[in-house]
Amino acid sequence: MIFQRLCAAGAALCFAAALAGCGGNTAETNAANDANSASTTNAASSTSSDNSASTTTEGATSLSGAGATFPAPLYTKWFDSYNQAKNIKIDYQSVGSGAGIKQLTAQTVDFGASDAPLNEKEKAALPSPVLTLPTAAGAVVIAYNLPGAPKNLKMTGDAIAKIYMGTIKTWNDPAIAALNPGAKLPTTNITVAHRSDGSGTSYIFTNFLASASNDWKTKVGASKSPTWPTGIGGKGNDGVASAVKQAPGGIGYVELAYAKQNGLSYASVQNKDGQFVEPTVDATTATAEGALASVQKDVTAPIANSSGAKAYPIAGFTYLMVYQTAKNPAKGAALKEFLKWAMTDGQKQAAALDYAPLPKSIVDLNLKSIDTLK
Amino acid sequence: MIATPPEKRSLFKRQSTLDARTTDGIFYWSTLGFSALVLLLVAWLGIQLYSAASPSIHKFGLGFLTSSMWSTSDDPIHPDTYGAWPYIYGTLVSSFLALLLAVPIGLGTAIYLAELAPKWLRTPLSFMVELLAAVPSVVYGLWGRLVLIPALMPLQTWLSDHADSVPVVGRFFGGAATGQSMMAAALVLAIMILPFISAVSREVIKAVPPTQREAAFGLGATHWEAIKGPILRTARSGIIGAIILGLARALGETMAITMVIGNAPNADFSLLSPAATLSSKLAVEFAEASGGQQSALMYLALVLFGITIVVNACARLLIWNMSRQVKGSTRA
Repeated sequence: MIFQRLCAAGAALCFAAALAGCGGNTAETNAANDANSASTTNAASSTSSDNSASTTTEGATSLSGAGATFPAPLYTKWFDSYNQAKNIKIDYQSVGSGAGIKQLTAQTVDFGASDAPLNEKEKAALPSPVLTLPTAAGAVVIAYNLPGAPKNLKMTGDAIAKIYMGTIKTWNDPAIAALNPGAKLPTTNITVAHRSDGSGTSYIFTNFLASASNDWKTKVGASKSPTWPTGIGGKGNDGVASAVKQAPGGIGYVELAYAKQNGLSYASVQNKDGQFVEPTVDATTATAEGALASVQKDVTAPIANSSGAKAYPIAGFTYLMVYQTAKNPAKGAALKEFLKWAMTDGQKQAAALDYAPLPKSIVDLNLKSIDTLK
Repeated sequence: MIATPPEKRSLFKRQSTLDARTTDGIFYWSTLGFSALVLLLVAWLGIQLYSAASPSIHKFGLGFLTSSMWSTSDDPIHPDTYGAWPYIYGTLVSSFLALLLAVPIGLGTAIYLAELAPKWLRTPLSFMVELLAAVPSVVYGLWGRLVLIPALMPLQTWLSDHADSVPVVGRFFGGAATGQSMMAAALVLAIMILPFISAVSREVIKAVPPTQREAAFGLGATHWEAIKGPILRTARSGIIGAIILGLARALGETMAITMVIGNAPNADFSLLSPAATLSSKLAVEFAEASGGQQSALMYLALVLFGITIVVNACARLLIWNMSRQVKGSTRA
């Protein structure tokens, strides 16, 4: 059985190599016909046409990317399905948004992934312009560990900001009690947990706090790695979650999928329309739809705290970044194909993994910008 | 080969003494070369660290050591402002606390193993202690996070509720019980340095000449008096060396600490609050750092390098001073 498969794979490889060889040969003869110039230029042009030839024979290219851990489960699923459908292998290292941007800048990967769009400094460091595409939306939930307290405590942005600034110190604080009439709230101290590494999850969370609380906006601000006024720093979603689980009275922010898988209880958060909304995939799509106007002007605009009665306010896009002009045209073309697939077939796989698919109008916007890639 | 004639053997002997003279030279120069290489490596490391840190050194100067603000270039309010004080504090205090716990236990174990333990217990117990040194630090970190911290929680909660109001002690147990804390870090560190202290001390105590011991017993000393007096005094400089070895390990420990200390830049007295050390800060931020942040992290590394050198120099002085006082010490 295994032997047969190996034989089949071997045969396929031979066939592919033969095809590639044919392509290469024709390209070389073309190049030779085209120019009777010096041998060096001849060689150069023949190699470049070699590359373009290999894209026409499918399955000859592989791609690599690095970045955010937040969309990693979705991307892994995408790359797997795409490999099966189109036979193009895509390797993804989920090393964190910051490290992904670093690798993109150094051009060691074909695309970068980040939950926060590039800031001015990062843009300035790039060797050539980059196209930023939102690929899916995700929700960040406020997880807490409070023995005896109800599931889905109600929270407002203002209260969360005060907790994270250290001005609300105990769970029976009047500000929390007023939001949850009838709930039995203990006198337990609040233990705040946040990310210690640069993180897109922090970016989405602090964007929400900055839009919900003026104090947060002026004193801390929205950032991948803000200067936290208080709390325990955990590395990754896991670090935050374990800090929350261990301390009675702990509170932290993690992505929706992570909180669901680990059975954490999380809060309903008040949105701009005054409604308390539980984090779900549908509520996240509603958030993205609520922010359409600003996103259509600039795809990197934050969507947190957008309007809409059903919108869950702590949500954000996750982005893929590709060079406008690819260094290797063959890879560029393959990447372009993949991005188109991700915007169409890929979107259908998002909801099952707790990511919100993009609204139709943003998909259209993306497809238009993908067409400009070279 | 087997049946070598006598005259040939003597020739061979002479040959070998001649060889020995040249090999002696080679040996001398090669060992000198290796030692020089070590020295060169340390110097090179220092220079590299300094040059990588120099943008930060020029920007912040020595104020870096006392400032508490650490904001990356991504921070919108005060971008690219760095200070090392909470991390210096965390490194020194966690190491000091670890020593405070590990020295009595380690020394006690060493004395028991070298002087008092029955023979059948010595080998298995020594083996166990040395086994502690072979556990990778990430395992200590995991154990700390999954086993030690949950076990500490009731104690921490009790301390946080009751000790807070006690006048002096309260300062050390202020704030909420957070689990990941200076207390957890110091405990994990203490366990990690324990085998170094006890294994080296045991060897040093064993190396005390039996005449010292016999003389003490001959003068009518009890077991305790013999240990307290001549044995420990003779072994003192070696024991200090063992402690320094443990301290050096504690200062540089990274992985386990990062997993249990809570990574928050606090420099307050409370053992219950999360803290951070120089090495944990490096571990958490280095992968994603660039520009000013990277240079500030290199500055942190340089500070750690400096602290290690100062600690080692102090230890040398201490040992040198002691061995001068104690005549007839085995470890001059």
